[in-house]
Amino acid sequence: MARGKLSAQKDLKAEKGTNVPETALPDTFNCWFAAKGWSPRAHQLALLDHARTARSSLLIAPTGAGKTLAGFLPSLVALSETPERAKRLHTLYISPLKALAVDVKRNLETPVSEMGLNIRVETRTGDTPQNRRMRQRRDPPDILMTTPEQLALLLSYPDAADFFGNLQCVVLDELHALVQSKRGDLLSLGLARLATLAPHMRRVGLSATVADPQVLARYLMPQSDGAENLADIVVAPPGATPEIKILVPLEPEHEEGEGPRIPWSGHSARHALPAIYDAIKAHKTVLVFVNTRSQAEFVFQELWKLNEDSLPIALHHGSLSAEQRRKVEAAMSANSLRGVVCTSTLDLGIDWGEVDLVICVGAPKGASRLAQRIGRANHRLDEPSRALLVPANRFEVLECEAARAAATEGAQDGQVNRAGALDVLAQHVLGRACSEPFMPDDLYAEVRAASPYRHLPRETFDRVVNFVSTGGYALKSYDRYARLRPMSAMTGDMRLRAASPQVVQQYRMNVGTIVEAAMVKVRMVKAGRRPRGNYGGRFLGEVEEYFIDQLTPGDTFLFAGHLLRFESMVETEAYCSRAEGGTPMIPSFYGGKFPLSTYLAERVRKILSHKAEWSALPDQVAAWLRMQEWRSVLPREGDLLVETFPRGDKFYLVCYPFEGRLAHQTLGMLLTRRMERAGARPMGFIASEYALAIWSLRDVGLMAERHELRLEDLYGEDMLGDDLDAWLAESSLLKRTFRDCAIISGLIERRYPGQEKTGRQVTFSSDLIYNVLREHEPDHILLQATMADAATGLLDVGRLGDMLKRVRNRITLKRLDRVSPLAVPVLLDIGKEAVGSDANEFLLGEAADDLIEEATRLV
Amino acid sequence: MFETVTQRRDDRLISSPTLRLCGAALTVLPEGAVWWEQEKMLVVADLHFEKGSSFAARGIALPPYDTRATLRRLQVLVTKLKPQRLIALGDSFHDRAAETRMDEADAAALIALTRVTDWIWITGNHDPVPPRRFGSAVHEELSVGPLIFRHEPQVAPATGEIAGHLHPVAAVRVRGRRLRRRCVMSDGTRAIMPAFGAYAGGLNVLDEAYHELMPRSGFHAWMMGAHTVVPVAAARLEGD
Repeated sequence: MARGKLSAQKDLKAEKGTNVPETALPDTFNCWFAAKGWSPRAHQLALLDHARTARSSLLIAPTGAGKTLAGFLPSLVALSETPERAKRLHTLYISPLKALAVDVKRNLETPVSEMGLNIRVETRTGDTPQNRRMRQRRDPPDILMTTPEQLALLLSYPDAADFFGNLQCVVLDELHALVQSKRGDLLSLGLARLATLAPHMRRVGLSATVADPQVLARYLMPQSDGAENLADIVVAPPGATPEIKILVPLEPEHEEGEGPRIPWSGHSARHALPAIYDAIKAHKTVLVFVNTRSQAEFVFQELWKLNEDSLPIALHHGSLSAEQRRKVEAAMSANSLRGVVCTSTLDLGIDWGEVDLVICVGAPKGASRLAQRIGRANHRLDEPSRALLVPANRFEVLECEAARAAATEGAQDGQVNRAGALDVLAQHVLGRACSEPFMPDDLYAEVRAASPYRHLPRETFDRVVNFVSTGGYALKSYDRYARLRPMSAMTGDMRLRAASPQVVQQYRMNVGTIVEAAMVKVRMVKAGRRPRGNYGGRFLGEVEEYFIDQLTPGDTFLFAGHLLRFESMVETEAYCSRAEGGTPMIPSFYGGKFPLSTYLAERVRKILSHKAEWSALPDQVAAWLRMQEWRSVLPREGDLLVETFPRGDKFYLVCYPFEGRLAHQTLGMLLTRRMERAGARPMGFIASEYALAIWSLRDVGLMAERHELRLEDLYGEDMLGDDLDAWLAESSLLKRTFRDCAIISGLIERRYPGQEKTGRQVTFSSDLIYNVLREHEPDHILLQATMADAATGLLDVGRLGDMLKRVRNRITLKRLDRVSPLAVPVLLDIGKEAVGSDANEFLLGEAADDLIEEATRLV
Repeated sequence: MFETVTQRRDDRLISSPTLRLCGAALTVLPEGAVWWEQEKMLVVADLHFEKGSSFAARGIALPPYDTRATLRRLQVLVTKLKPQRLIALGDSFHDRAAETRMDEADAAALIALTRVTDWIWITGNHDPVPPRRFGSAVHEELSVGPLIFRHEPQVAPATGEIAGHLHPVAAVRVRGRRLRRRCVMSDGTRAIMPAFGAYAGGLNVLDEAYHELMPRSGFHAWMMGAHTVVPVAAARLEGD
């Protein structure tokens, strides 16, 4: 996992010829810069300046601007100025990726050794051996590189106060990627704790360009009631404007129907693969980003079918075995690859070799994500990064166009002001009790200093503490098993501590906010033979259990660059053989894992409603929109277009909110409930990133015209009240979210691989707990946390609510006699999607249909 | 996501199917119990009362409502069917101390239930001595007509045996979708009942633990739907 020598220099180097006073740095440093032929950059010196006055900073800088060195320079200078010092931790560096921590350590060691500084730099990650971790606590390095989870662990030891007591500086890398997640919540609580242990600590945040730096500047600092506390923001000059092209097939020169067309729907981008191959051929090294793992497998496979020149093209995604990934990474660093097809695993931080073009297959989904990916191709600040966007269908052309405009302007997606998750808080409370006893009043004050928790009500905090102690149930039957106990009720010392060493053990085993999906190992075996015993073949990687659940022996799928046939499950491993020819059964992920960002959606709606912007679009797409204008109407900016038309023996209602598939799915669930009540007899629906289609037995358009129902009522914001509650009560959708919250909060323990299959153990699922809790204590804090999670994630309720508010009294109904051009893509998707989980009962009945005869024979 | 909004249920599936065992006609209920109409007898297995609190004692504070949830489902069945006799097939109490941890309201509800019908506790490995407080008859096994009721199934042949203990569940794939449900497992000579307790997990019927009990492919799993019970042949089932 090495950052190449070349890129290491790149990251740490400074600009040539910038005129800044060299007196700002000690001689050793000036000499080092001079020897390299560099001089320090303005933002690097600005951070040094802030450090001298004990101020915290947020540095916003593009890739390649020497961000990392800027973050560490003040610590290096300070440490070099105090050669005689106690063995105490001076600077803590936290990165979202352990690979990045290792990488940055290696890069930092270069200047340290070249200047002959007596500074010890070490890493501490999940891979660090136990004896080294013990030693580190006894004998800390000057600078420690670690992850948010390791920080939480370190803080849970009884000696945390001593270990961090002399901490002068904490550096948070890739802060933009961390803050809007549960890991960010966990880290914020850790930061608040550090602020108590080391009140003089400075904070340095390193971030890519973001729309709202204030959110990050606030995150860094301890908050208090009233005044807002922000870190000083330092913005490095932006790099050169990127050159972004959008790949569209050449216009057919002759009549309609000839030449490649931009597909109406689908996500494969199959039509563009020859052009992608040509682009790889014409460049040194190309990163091909795709949105999902299955798409990565598909694109990789298809590129190799075209690869007559045998170009070294590799595959990289999170499910491949670590060994395989490492091989690809090493080959990239050595510049021996021409192309790598990858997913978001390569989004962050680490630079690999000399990438001179980034290709994004499929819609970019967000302006910031695109900027991040394009940055992977950036090696010199003054030269533009080059990127090629490959839309897979017509709507994606609009999205790519919007994203290109945003990237050229340097615009970013907005940052959501995230409220800290309660399951994470529960974990932190238990960790605090493991470290040393606390008074709830003090801990409450400390927690509220963490920016995501600054508005946390005392009542909620107390409920969380109760939850940690006894489960916090209305039925008070667990007091005798409390995990938190007062130090000594006799003497009146009511500080809370962990009740037993087992509690501490439990905490340490379950720390962290990443709940992995259950994974199954994929192993290659010989075809036809039924594997028996323990003679597995080559290990290819891991795949989610739910994916394997979908397979029947004989099914084929693409994985790790091979076409595989699923043979059987043996214990926790999926045995697969090499399949010959045929079309693989690929899981049909809709679009990407990431929903279309609000900001991009707004831009797409704007393109649609402003004809002047169509000149930038490919002719086929502009013609499609003109056709829509003629056959129906184009939605005005800010309005919601609802079309209705008959088709087959049903009536369709199609609307275009552009709010992403998750929000549309929720809207679909709620709208069908309301249509049912209004007597429209809805039959089903399908949601895409851009649109929602519902089919019914009665014509909603006609009903609206006859005033049998009002569209304004149908789309009323009140659907997010009772209808949402009623739906959630029946749906099993929240069970997975609940499981994650239950694990993070420490209610149930993580299951480690191998652990669950010991002996004839009965599977005990969190679904059972969910059902019981939902029925008997629906207001329980863990259900509250689950709902909050789903509202921002799975259900995207917040975004749906904003949309409903926006379109109030702005709904345009267009009744048509047949399908409109804009509706074609979403209708084409019907039938591609698997049935939803609520249809299970129906399916079970179907199993009965073919089997009932057999069953009666048995009787 | 496709969602079938209006579902028309097949009426023939709503009625619970009948399992014939040694001439006894047993109705398999979707609630996870068996009803013997001729004897007016309700059979449930593995209630595992106070399993939740047993976890709490080990530091895992699961919601303490499992006993209540299990009792409520039992109450509904008893009210609907008015059984003359109810057999709890063992492991009714999760451990010996379950009684001491049970909430008073739950204990009262259980006592009330045991008074409206002729209640029989079969002993299980979790509850070799069911608490005396809940009265009723205690048996290691019980013969009624051609059937014998006991907790742990015996190695085949065990004609006429109705047992629990193993918590059978079955998984089947329909149109690419996997469904996993509690089930009654039967080869026509004997039956193994699913666990009734709210927190009781399940063991797949293809597990080797069942190999000595029933022919590997010669049984059916009577799978519990929300409103129906569906018998599925072993050959159609999947492991976990």
